[in-house]
Amino acid sequence: MRHIPISALIGLFFTSLYFLAAIFAPFIAPYGMAEVVGDVWEQSSSDFLLGTDSIGRDLLSRMIYGGRTTIFIATAATVVSFVTGASLGFFAAVIGGAVDQALSRFVDLMMSIPTLIFALVILSVMPVTVPMLIIVMGLLDSTRVYRLARAVAVDINVMDFVEAAKLRGEGRTWIIFREILPNALSPLVAELGLRFIFMVLFLSTLSFLGLGVQPPEADWGGIVKENKEGIVYGIPAAIVPAIAIATLAISVNLVADWVLNRTTSLKGGRGG
Amino acid sequence: MHPVLRLVAQRFALGLLLLWAASALIFAGTQILPGDVAQSILGQSATPQSLANLREELGLNDPAMTRYFNWLWGALQGDLGTALTNGKDIADSMGYRLKNTLFLASCAAIVSVPLAIFLGLLAVRYQGRWPDKMISGVTLASISVPEFLIGYILIYFVAVKLGWFTSVAMIDDRMTFLQSLNAIALPVIVLTLVVLAHMMRMTRAAILNVMQSAYIETAELKGLNSFKVIYRHAFPNAIAPIVNVVMLNLAYLVVGVVVVEVVFVYPGMGQYLVDHVAKRDVPVVQACGLVFAAVYIGLNMIADIVSILANPRLRHPK
Repeated sequence: MRHIPISALIGLFFTSLYFLAAIFAPFIAPYGMAEVVGDVWEQSSSDFLLGTDSIGRDLLSRMIYGGRTTIFIATAATVVSFVTGASLGFFAAVIGGAVDQALSRFVDLMMSIPTLIFALVILSVMPVTVPMLIIVMGLLDSTRVYRLARAVAVDINVMDFVEAAKLRGEGRTWIIFREILPNALSPLVAELGLRFIFMVLFLSTLSFLGLGVQPPEADWGGIVKENKEGIVYGIPAAIVPAIAIATLAISVNLVADWVLNRTTSLKGGRGG
Repeated sequence: MHPVLRLVAQRFALGLLLLWAASALIFAGTQILPGDVAQSILGQSATPQSLANLREELGLNDPAMTRYFNWLWGALQGDLGTALTNGKDIADSMGYRLKNTLFLASCAAIVSVPLAIFLGLLAVRYQGRWPDKMISGVTLASISVPEFLIGYILIYFVAVKLGWFTSVAMIDDRMTFLQSLNAIALPVIVLTLVVLAHMMRMTRAAILNVMQSAYIETAELKGLNSFKVIYRHAFPNAIAPIVNVVMLNLAYLVVGVVVVEVVFVYPGMGQYLVDHVAKRDVPVVQACGLVFAAVYIGLNMIADIVSILANPRLRHPK
C-alpha cells in the first residue's frame, strides 16, 4: 500500500463514493424513492439538484436508491458467479478425467450462445424477480469464472507441494481449500472487479430492455428507460444514470487494473 | 483427402454439432425448467380452463422429447411455428427483420473493420508514444460504457442539438438505398464505437507478437521503413489472428445489435426478440434465440476455418 498510482486513487475514491451512497441511501436521499414531488422533467434547481423525472419524482433521490439496487444485485450475482464458477473449476481440475471433460464441454456449449440472448430466452418463461435475476445472471456468468479457475487450478495441481499433500493422504476437500484456493486467490481477485463491472452493465442492459428490475423499484438501467422519451425534447434526464454506470465501471476498472499489476509483480506472472 | 480439407470438414461438423446442442439448450431453457410455461404466460390470475386450453395449444401435454424433436424438425424445414400473441407465422415476420438486422450489422462491419485494422497498425507504429497511449485509454473507457449510453449521448448531441440525423432509425421498403443509409447512420456509429476499441487492441497485440520474430529484425536491418515492415512482413503473418479477432467482434456485433435496435427503434431481430420476451411469447423467443445462436456459432466457425486456411504450414504439408 506504499505507492498508489493516481489513477487507482481516483478509481478508489469514486468506487467508495458509490458504495457508501448505496449503503446509506435512505439517509442521503433528499426525497423518497417513489415520491412525486414536482412537475414532469423540471430543470435542476436548489430543490431538485438533478431535476425531476418523467412523472415528477426527484431524479437525485431515484439515482441514489437506483444505485443501491444496481450495486446490490450486481454484487450478489458476482458472488453467485464466483462461488459456482470457482468451486466447479477447482473440482474439475482436481478430479480430472471424464468429469473434467463433461463439465468443460458443457461450459463451452453455454458460451456458444451469447449471454444476453440466453438470459432473454430464460427470462421469457421465468418470473422476473430480484432473486431470479441474481441467479440467472450469476449462473450464466459463472462459465467465465469456471474457465479461469480451472486453468489456474490445473497449473497449481501439478506443483510439488500439492503432490506432497496428496502423498501424505489428504482428501480432495483439503487439496482444494488448503492448497489450491490460497494460491489461486490473486488472479481470481483481479478478475472479481471485471466480473462486477460486467454484472453492472448486464443488469443495466436487462433493465433498460424492460426485463430487469421492475418499476416502481428503481435501478440505473430502468431510470434510463423511464426517461428516454425526454431525450428527443432535449431533456438530458436519461443521460444522468448512464453516466453513473459508466463512471462506476471505469473506476472499478482502474482499481482492478492496479490490483492486477500489483499481484502480477508480486508473484512474477499471472497464475504461476 | 487433403489434410486441410479434412480439418475444415472437422470444424464444420463440430459447428453443426454445437448448433444442435445449442438448440437443445435453448429448448430446455424455455420448456423443461421448473415452473409451468402456461402459468407464467397467463399470470397468476388465469382460470384453470384457459390454462388447460393454452397447454393444449402449446402441445405441453406431450412429453418434452417429442416436443423438442417436432420443433427441431419444423425449424430445419424453415417452419418456426406461429406467434402466440398475433397468430402470425414466425418465419414470415422474421425474414424482413433479419434482413434489416444483417443490413445494419454489415454496414457497421464495413466501417469498423478497416478502421480498426488501420488504427491497430498505427498503434504498433507509434508503440509506447501518445497515439498508442490514447488508443489504450479509449479502449478502457469504451469497455466500461454501456451501448445505450453511447446511443443516447449521440442522439442528444448529434440528432437533437445539432439536428444532423434523425433520432429514430425507421426504415421501410419504399426508401432508396441512400435514404436507408442516412437513416441508419447513428446506429452504425454506435455499433462501430462499441467494437472498434476491442478489435483495435487485439489487432495491435497480434501484430506486436509477430514483430518480435527474427525476420522482422532482418527487414528492419536491411533498411525498410517501418510502415513497409509492418505492411509487407508482419501483416501477412498476423492475418490469422486478426481474422479471428474480426470474427469474434462480428459475433459480438450480433449481440450489440439487440440493444442498439431498441435505442433507435429499428425494425430488426433484436427489437422483435425483446418485444416478445416482454409478452412471454415463447415460440418467437425460441426461434429468435436459435437464429442468434446460429449466426454466432457460424461466425466463430468461419473464424476457425479461415485461420486454418491462412496458415501456410497447413496448406503445404511436408
